[in-house]
Order: sequence, then structure tokens, then C-alpha cells
Amino acid sequence: MKTLTSINPVFVIVVVMVGAIPLLLSGTEINPVLLIASLMVAATPLLIAAIGELVVEKAGVLNLGVEGMMIVGAIAGFAISVETGSALVGALAAIVAGALLSLLFAFLTQFALANQVASGLALTLFGLGLSALMGQSYVGIRPPAMAKLDLPVISDLPVVGPILFSHDPILYVGIGLCAAVWGLLKFSRAGLVLRAVGENHDAAHALGYHVIRVRVLAIMFGGACAGLGGAYISLIRVPQWTEGMTAGIGWIALALVVFASWKPWRVLLGAYLFGGINVLQLNLQAAGIAIPVEYLAMSPYLITILVLVIMSADKSGAPASLGRSFHASQ
Amino acid sequence: MTGTLLSITGLTKAYPGVVANDSVSFDIGESEVHALLGENGAGKSTLVKMIYGLVKPDSGTMTWRGEAYAPPEPRIARATGVAMVFQHFSLFEALNVAENVALGMENPPPMRDLARRIREVSETYGLPLDPYRTVGDLSAGERQRVEIIRCLLQDPKLLIMDEPTSVLTPQEVEILFKTLRKLKSEGTSILYISHKLEEIRALCDQATILRLGKNVGTCIPAETTARQMAEMMVGDTLQTPTRTASDGGEVVLDVTGLSVASSNPFGTTLKNIHFRVRAGEILGLGGVAGNGQDELLAALSGEAKTTSDTIKVKGKPVGRLGPNERRKLGILAAPEERLGHAAAPDMSLTENALLTGAIRKKLLSNGFVNWGGAEDFAKDVIKKFDVRTPGASTAARALSGGNLQKFVIGREVLQAPEVLVVNQPTWGVDAAAAAAIRQSLLDLAAGGAAVVCISQDLDELMEISDRFGALNEGRLSDIRPAAGLTIDEIGLMMGGAHGMEVAHVGEEEGAEA
Repeated sequence: MKTLTSINPVFVIVVVMVGAIPLLLSGTEINPVLLIASLMVAATPLLIAAIGELVVEKAGVLNLGVEGMMIVGAIAGFAISVETGSALVGALAAIVAGALLSLLFAFLTQFALANQVASGLALTLFGLGLSALMGQSYVGIRPPAMAKLDLPVISDLPVVGPILFSHDPILYVGIGLCAAVWGLLKFSRAGLVLRAVGENHDAAHALGYHVIRVRVLAIMFGGACAGLGGAYISLIRVPQWTEGMTAGIGWIALALVVFASWKPWRVLLGAYLFGGINVLQLNLQAAGIAIPVEYLAMSPYLITILVLVIMSADKSGAPASLGRSFHASQ
Repeated sequence: MTGTLLSITGLTKAYPGVVANDSVSFDIGESEVHALLGENGAGKSTLVKMIYGLVKPDSGTMTWRGEAYAPPEPRIARATGVAMVFQHFSLFEALNVAENVALGMENPPPMRDLARRIREVSETYGLPLDPYRTVGDLSAGERQRVEIIRCLLQDPKLLIMDEPTSVLTPQEVEILFKTLRKLKSEGTSILYISHKLEEIRALCDQATILRLGKNVGTCIPAETTARQMAEMMVGDTLQTPTRTASDGGEVVLDVTGLSVASSNPFGTTLKNIHFRVRAGEILGLGGVAGNGQDELLAALSGEAKTTSDTIKVKGKPVGRLGPNERRKLGILAAPEERLGHAAAPDMSLTENALLTGAIRKKLLSNGFVNWGGAEDFAKDVIKKFDVRTPGASTAARALSGGNLQKFVIGREVLQAPEVLVVNQPTWGVDAAAAAAIRQSLLDLAAGGAAVVCISQDLDELMEISDRFGALNEGRLSDIRPAAGLTIDEIGLMMGGAHGMEVAHVGEEEGAEA
């Protein structure tokens, strides 16, 4: 049983990827190198938002407001970069906006001890409405472009160049974030305290750790990540502003964290899988393959969840205090 | 004794509605083992939390080796030299031993050095531990070792232990006492909280007794009898439960080949359990926590279903029936966890009375609730079991542990069960309430019911059971008559795989326990 589950995920992914190649080649004008390069772009918003939520959940907080924080980050980043003419300033503004909105959630759940599920849902609804209001005058505008990495010689290498060395900086930030979160959680004292708070908040309090402070910081980090992920959609991936343009990526990020068993590298894998199938199905649609569009459109969601469900069969590593309110009584 | 380590003067702490500590004063000497005695709710926990910096006193002062001591938070207390082993372990199940230890230290060394030091210290004090094991997989005794090692690595001057032996086998208690005596000989003072009086007599140099938040007296435990100390705690003379011997009733409960997988990932699977209980008999089941107690209660109450013939009541197979169908047949149960399992915390006592009493007390008709009847039943329980509460409409959460426990047991006893299964009936309950609960179980058996009492309190089991068995890793030992069992024999029944080096310690020191 144990070996079965440990082999399964790798096996399934290989089958999916190998199965995709003949399909890929059948659509004649699809270029595999470009496909992988655009897969990484498609996966980045999901990756960044999910890494943020992973940290929040490791601290024992369930924030269902990821979608709302992403869309607010998307419009804040878009608006500020249009006004200042700098995409990087816009991205920073999105980080601040996401963190600010998450503070509202932090106040409700950590100080007013409101229910986390209800507060998170409210945050998403609020974010969707707020972003529509903020974005009214920005529909149809093109944002300033973000400079792409351009290393002499290296970026011009065939295959490796377009895949690894000619993206926008935020994409690398996303991968770096994933590595940093993994390292911090596993090796640092701060990561240990964060996990301890998520695991047993009463014990952490008894040992003298500041449960609420740790959780508020984690929630702000999650908000900042969600904001940046949202801005990536409106500034780089699309790039323009339309209402509701995050289109459920925040919800996928939430599911991704659970099915990735709260492990950063699995989040990365899941995000790239989702991005890959998404790009592939768009290409297949364009190539006019004889599968109804609706099936193609739902395939990234279905396949990502299916793969991650199989992977998470080994051991569920849910933080034991996840979603529980902490109050230092006596 | 060379001098005073910590001196406490007039410490007072009030919570809304309760004065937890009312100008408590006492001194702890250098390398002294000082006992803090008192019933539940006497204010022991609040007092030690003030010493450890978790709670700020309203008034009063503490002096540490002649200097003012007022820790604003635990890290200051730890830096001064105070370490604490908590009653409900402050451990993180998903983390490993070394990580748990690191969380309790101010400046932990890198993990590899820490792991080595854990090995060294644990071997020096005879408490072997593997630093890389996940705490969720450890036994209660091993978990306590983690807590103690965490304290010892900080070289404490004062070690506070809150009810440390409630989850240990007698042999593990002996190992712990050896460790504590060794610490004392090295100059560490120990503040030892317990309500097990014989342990205090064996270990402690001085005792301070708290009642309702006040210091009501001090004594030298070795020169005082357990009964005298108990009466100081209660402030009244103590009644010992009386039993009338009965035997030879018909077999009421017959369990054969019971095997159930646990619903909890850190739980224990029951393996091939056999036992019979006759009418009028109390079967006591001991064992260290986490050896299948919760699972056995679930299987008997009907929360976990088994094959039909595994459990028979008066010859009738009930293995497949759910809790309500079993209640109809007279099989009632009172689980260990009071809030959330035995009672719904935010519901009133009337509602809680209805939840298990609806069927046998006929409080339902055509799907409608007879609220008047439910309230009468709740009031009856409150009256007959001396539950101290403003009324039947109080939420279960608002009752103290002991009072809620009396309510939970009383609710089942007053439904006149044929079979009653209780798990930890007096856990965290003060001496007077515990005596009342035990007496009610004895009376119930005397009236012809079969009682299964699962408990970790061996004194309790020896006091009330007719026959005794022990659970160990989901298996049940042979069942033997309780009268005449020695503490060594019980320890071996409970020990099983936990034994190892425990066995020879038991031979050397068992006599004095």
C-alpha cells in the first residue's frame, strides 16, 4: 500500500505528460518550447497565491479570501502601474493592497474571534465588489510592460533560453518564494514557531509564543502573495483589466494547498501541472481539435485536482489547529 | 536546606466571579521538593502560572534569592531558572522530539547538537528518548520525558511539575521519582503539584495546602497521614465508599473476539478482546492512556459497530446496533472527554439530559420533545448528584470539571442501566466528588447492573472493582480478581511492551510503593 501511493503520483504525472505529447504534435503549429515557456507564465499567479495561503494555513488559519485579495491586487497593481507608468511600482502596490485587505480578515478572526470560514467568504465577495468599483475607469487600457530578463548569449540559447532565461522578474520571484518558504519552514526557528502555532496554539501560548502576532503576520504574508499573484494576471499574463478576471484562480490555490499536503514543492508541481494543461487546452482549442470546448476548458481543474488527490493519499499533514480560533483564557 | 529560593508573599489573582488566589504566601527552599496540594479549583494551576509568568498577579510579591521577581512572560521566567512540566502536555504531535525541545528553549543549538544533547541528558537521567521520533507516536510516559528533558536542558533552579503522574504506570512513576531525587541531590528545587497523597508522602519535604484559593496550612508530608492531608484539602471529614460484596449473578455483558480499527490516525486498534461481566459486578480496566480505552468505550456504546455476535447483552447480539438502539436495551456509556463527547458544551443541562435520556426516560412522543420532562430529569440529576450549578438552564461549558462529571455520570446512572460503561469517571474531579461518583457506581452494581469502569487511576480501580484487567496496545490482559493483587502484578499486567528496563526497577523499589 505504501509503495503504491508513493509511486502513483510520479507515475500519473508521467503518463499525463507523455500522453500530452502526441496530442501536442498533432496540432502542427504548436511549438513545445513556447508551450513550456507560456506554461510557466500561466502557473505563476496560482503558485504565488498558493504559497502565501500555505504559510497562512501552516499557522493554523484558514483564509478563504484568497480570490478576493487576488482581484484587489490585480486592480491595485494595474491602476498604480498605469498611473505611474512603472509595472514594478504597480506590483509593489498590489503587494501592499493584498496585505491591507488581509488585515481586515486578521482583525475579524484574530481580535473579534469571528468565524474564519464566514470571514474569508465575506472577504472574497468584498474584494470582487471593491475591485469592480476601483476598476471602472481602467477597462480597455494597456498597462506598461514589465522588462523581461535578457542576458547576453544565455537568453538566446536554443530551448534553454526561452524556457529558463527570458521571463519577467516576478516569475523568478515566485519560484524563489517557493524555495524560501520550504527552507524557512523546514530549517529556521521562525518556521518552527509558525508550525508550532498551527499545530497546537494552546501549547505554543503556554510556552510563551505570541500566537496572535504570528498568525497576523502569516495572514499579511498570505495577503501580500495573493495581491502579487493577482497583479501578475492583470499586468503580465493577460495584460489588461476586466472585472472578475482572476476567474477562480484563488479557489484553485486553496484546493492546491490542501491537495499538496501543505508541502511547498508539491504546490509548485501542482501549479505547473495546472498551468501546463491550461496552456495546452488553449492551444488545442486554437488548433480546432474535435473535443467540445467545454471539456477542454474544464480539463485543467479536473486533472490538477485528480493528480493531487492521488498524491495526498499518503498522509494528510493538515495543521491540527487549522481553522480554530485562539483565545488566551486564564 | 541552605536557604530560600523563592518566597511568595500575599499573591492574589481574581477572575470575574472567582478569586483564584487570595493572598497566598509560602517559601520554597533551595533543593527542596515542595508539594502544592489542593482540590480542583483550589487555585494551584493559577498560582504556578503566576510563577511561570503566564498570568500576572493582581497584588502580592515574589522574591527570588532575595531579589524582586515578577516575570512579565515565560521567557523571563525561564531565563531566571524556572522550568515547568504542564499537566496537559504542551507538546506538538506532528513535530519530532528535538523540535519540541527546541521550542521550549530560548537559544537552542543547531538541531544536530541538540539531538546529541537530548541523548546525553536523557541517558544521564535514565529517561531514554530518540530525538527524531514524532511525538504523536510516543506513549504518554515518553511524552512526559520529552517535557522533562526540555526543562532539564535549561538547567533549571526550580522545576514546576503539574500533576505529573496521572498518566504513568507505577513503574514509570518510580523512574520519575528516581530522576526527581537525583535532581534534588544536584541542588534543584521542585514544586510538585498532585492530589495523589501517597506520592507526596514518598517524595516531598514540605507541603502547602490550598483550599478555595487560600493557603489553609502546611505540613511535613512524611509525618502526616494521607487521611489528614485529604481532610485539610477538603476542609471536612472524608467518606470512603462502602461496598457490599455480591457475586454469582447471570452474565449480562459478553464480549468475544472484539477487534476494531480506530477512527483516529494516532489511535489504537483493539485486538481480539474477550471478557464477561455478571450482574452486580464491577469490572475495572486499567492501562496507560492511549492503549485502546477510547476505542473500547466506542465499541461498547455503539459509536463503533462490530459484527453482530461479538457483543452480547443477556444473550442478545448487539454488535451491529447504534448507540440509541443499545440505550433502548439498557446499555449506557459515559465517555472520558466531558466537553464535546459526553456533553455538548454550549447546550443547557436540560438539553444535555435529553440527548442521552430521551429514550429510556421516554421524553419524546411522535417526534416532539417533552421539555417539561427533560427539565425534571435534569433537575433530578442535579439534586441526587449534588451538582453545583445555578440551574438546569446553565450551559454545560459553564460548569467546573467536577460538577459536569457528576452530572454526566448521574445522567446515565439515573436511567437505570443494565450495563454501564464509564471511562475515567473521576478524572480531574476533587476528592469529595470522586468519592460520591464511586459510591454511585457501587450502588448501581449493588442494584444488579453490570458496570465496566475504564480508568487510569489504579487506586480507584482497586477500591471499586471486583475483577481487574489491563489494556495494553489494544489487547486485554487476563482478568483477575481485584482483591489481593499487588502493585507489581498490576504493573506487569499494564506494562507489556512499555516494560523494558522498567521491569527490574519494579523489583527493586516496588515494595515501598
